[in-house]
Amino acid sequence: MDAGLFTSMLFSTVVAGTPLIIVALGLLVSEKAGVLNLGAEGMMAMGAVAAFAVTHHSGNPWLGVAAGMGAGAAMALLFGVLTLTLMANQVASGLALAIFGVGLSAFIGKPYEAIALQAVPPIRIPFIADIPLIGEALYNQQALVYFSWALFWGLLWFLYRSRAGLVLRAVGESPASAHAIGYPVIRIRYLAVIFGGAMAGIGGAFLSVFYTPMWAEGLVAGRGWIALALVVFATWRPLRVLVGAYLFGGVMITQLFIQGSGLQIDFPSQLLSSLPYWATIVVLVAISRNANAIRLNSPVSLGKPYRPDA
Amino acid sequence: MLELEARTEPSRLMSWASPLLAVALMLAGGMLVFSALGKDPVEGFRIFFLNPVKDLYGVSELLLKATPLMLCAIGLAIGFRANVWNIGAEGQFMLGAVAATGVALHFDGADSAFVLPAMVLAGALGGAAWAAIPALLRTRFNANEILVSLMLVYVAQLFVSWLVFGPWKDPDGFNFPQTRMFGEAALMPMVLEGTRLHAGFVIALGVLVAGYAFMNRSFAGFRMRVAGEAPEAARYAGFSAARMIWVGLLLGGAAAGVAGMGEVAGPMGQLTDKVGSGYGFAAIIVAFVGRLNAFGILLASLLMALLYIGGEQAQQYLNLPSSISMVFQGMLLFFLLGSDVFINYRLRLRRRAV
Repeated sequence: MDAGLFTSMLFSTVVAGTPLIIVALGLLVSEKAGVLNLGAEGMMAMGAVAAFAVTHHSGNPWLGVAAGMGAGAAMALLFGVLTLTLMANQVASGLALAIFGVGLSAFIGKPYEAIALQAVPPIRIPFIADIPLIGEALYNQQALVYFSWALFWGLLWFLYRSRAGLVLRAVGESPASAHAIGYPVIRIRYLAVIFGGAMAGIGGAFLSVFYTPMWAEGLVAGRGWIALALVVFATWRPLRVLVGAYLFGGVMITQLFIQGSGLQIDFPSQLLSSLPYWATIVVLVAISRNANAIRLNSPVSLGKPYRPDA
Repeated sequence: MLELEARTEPSRLMSWASPLLAVALMLAGGMLVFSALGKDPVEGFRIFFLNPVKDLYGVSELLLKATPLMLCAIGLAIGFRANVWNIGAEGQFMLGAVAATGVALHFDGADSAFVLPAMVLAGALGGAAWAAIPALLRTRFNANEILVSLMLVYVAQLFVSWLVFGPWKDPDGFNFPQTRMFGEAALMPMVLEGTRLHAGFVIALGVLVAGYAFMNRSFAGFRMRVAGEAPEAARYAGFSAARMIWVGLLLGGAAAGVAGMGEVAGPMGQLTDKVGSGYGFAAIIVAFVGRLNAFGILLASLLMALLYIGGEQAQQYLNLPSSISMVFQGMLLFFLLGSDVFINYRLRLRRRAV
C-alpha cells in the first residue's frame, strides 16, 4: 500500500468513527447511571436535521451543532419523563423514541432535501500535522474529531477520577443504596440521560453538517443502533468504545474504498455495503458469548425502573 | 400537590382505558400540530381522519393497509409477551417478500393453483429463516436479539436492492429497480370487486384468530406469558427459555414474511427496492397499542392504517409531507406509554408536609 492511500484511509476511518465515538460515549454515561435508551437512532436523526436546518439558515455550523445538541437533549428529556417520572418500560420507550425521531426528522427535513451545505474546512494543528503518514490524517481534521478525543479523556477522568462520576456509577449499580445515602437518584438519571441525548445530537450534527454535508431521510443509516452495540461490545469501558468505533469506521471505509477503487472484483456493491452491519453482528456475538464478561461489567440496575419510596 | 401513588393491584379498567386516552391525546396533539403548521385544525382533522373512510373504496384501502400491520403485529406480540424483543420484523417482511418472489419468478407463466399457496409458504419460511438468525445467536451466543434483528433489517434492504438492481431485474423494465410483473397465477385474488383488497386480508384475520388461540388457549402460549410476566416462576417451573426465544422469533418472522408475500403478490405485483415501507416498525406500535392481544391488534392496526392514509391525504390536500403519519404514530405510542402509568399508579392530592 502506498503512503498516500494509507494516509487517506486512516483519515477517513477517523472521520467515520467520530460520530460513533461521540454517540456511544454519551450512551455509555446514561447506561452507567442505569438507564437503557434504545432511542439513539431517533435522537441522532433529530440532531442531524436540526443542525442542518440551523446551519442552512444561519450559515454558522457551530450554531447548527448547538441546535443538534439541543434537539438530541430534548428528545432524551422526553424519554426521561416517560421512563423516570412515569416509569414506563425503558425498552418500549426507547423503541418509540427511535421510531418517532426518525419519522419526525423526515417530516421536518423534507424541505431541506437536495440542498448542500458549504463544506467546513478542517483545523490544522501546527507542527504535529507535519508528522509523516499519520499527521495529515489525525491532526488536520474537523473540530468535532478533536472534540471526540476531548470527550473521551474527559469521561475517563469524570467516571473514574471524580466524585460525581463515582456517584453516577453508584446510581447505576445500586439505586436503592445511592438513594439511602441521600443522593437524588432520579435527578442524576435525568442528567445522565440528557447528556446521552445531547451527545447523540452532536453525533447527528456531525453527519449532516460536516460529514456528508447534506440532509436525506435515512442519513443516520443505523449508526445509532451500531453505537448501542458498541457500548455492549466495549463492556461499558470508554477505551474500548474508542477502539471499537475506529474498527467500525475502518470496516465502513474499507468497503467504500473497495467500491471506489475500481478494482474489478466480482462482488456486488450492495452486498459490500452490508458489511458494517454484519460486522456489528459478528462483534456482538464474539463479545456476548462470554456471558460473564457482560454480567460483570454491565451496570447492575441497567434497564430497571427505580422509584424511591418517599 | 399532585403525587403518584402505587395501586395495590394493577387497574384492569385503566389497561383498557389507557389506549383510548392515548388516542384522544394524539388527536388533541394532532390538532395542535396542524395549527402550528398554519392549517385549520378542523379542516386538518377532517382530511386526515375522516376523508380516508368516506366511501367503500376508502374503507377497502384502509383494510388493505391494515393487513400487513396486523400480520406483523400479532407475530411480534407473541414474542413481546415473553420479553423476546424482535424488532426486525421489517427485515423479515422483506425476506418473506423475496422468497415469495423467488417462487413467483420460478413458476412464471405456470397456470397452477399451487403457485399461490407455495408463495405463502415460501414467505413464511423466508421470514422465519431471517428471524432464525437472531434466535440462534441469542440462544447459542447470548447475543442481544434487539440489535441483531435490527442490523438484519439493513442487510435485508441491501439484499433486496441487490436482487432488483442485479439478477432479478426486469430485462424489459427500462433499468428500473424492479422485477417482472407477476403472472396471473402468482397474484392474490381480490375479495372486493373494484378495489385492491386481496385475499391476504382474509389470511391476516385467520392468523389473528390463530394468534389468539395460541396465546390464550394453548399451553405453549401460557408458558410464554408466564415467562414474560414472571420470569422467576417460569424458571422455577422449568420452562425452557431457549425454546421461547425460538418460538417467539420464528412465529414473528413467519407472520412478517407472509405479510411481505401479501405485498408483492397483492398491491405491488412485483418486487421493488421500495418493498420495505416501514410496516415492520409500525407494527411494533400496533402491538403495543393493541395491548399485545389479538382483538386489540385488530383495532390498533386499523387506527395505524388510518394514520398512514391520512398522511397521504394530508400530502395531497394540505401540501404536507406524508411523513406526518410517522409523527402521529410516534405521538400515539408516546401517549400510550405515558398513560400506562395509571395502570399501576393513581394520582393523589397530598398536602405538602410543613
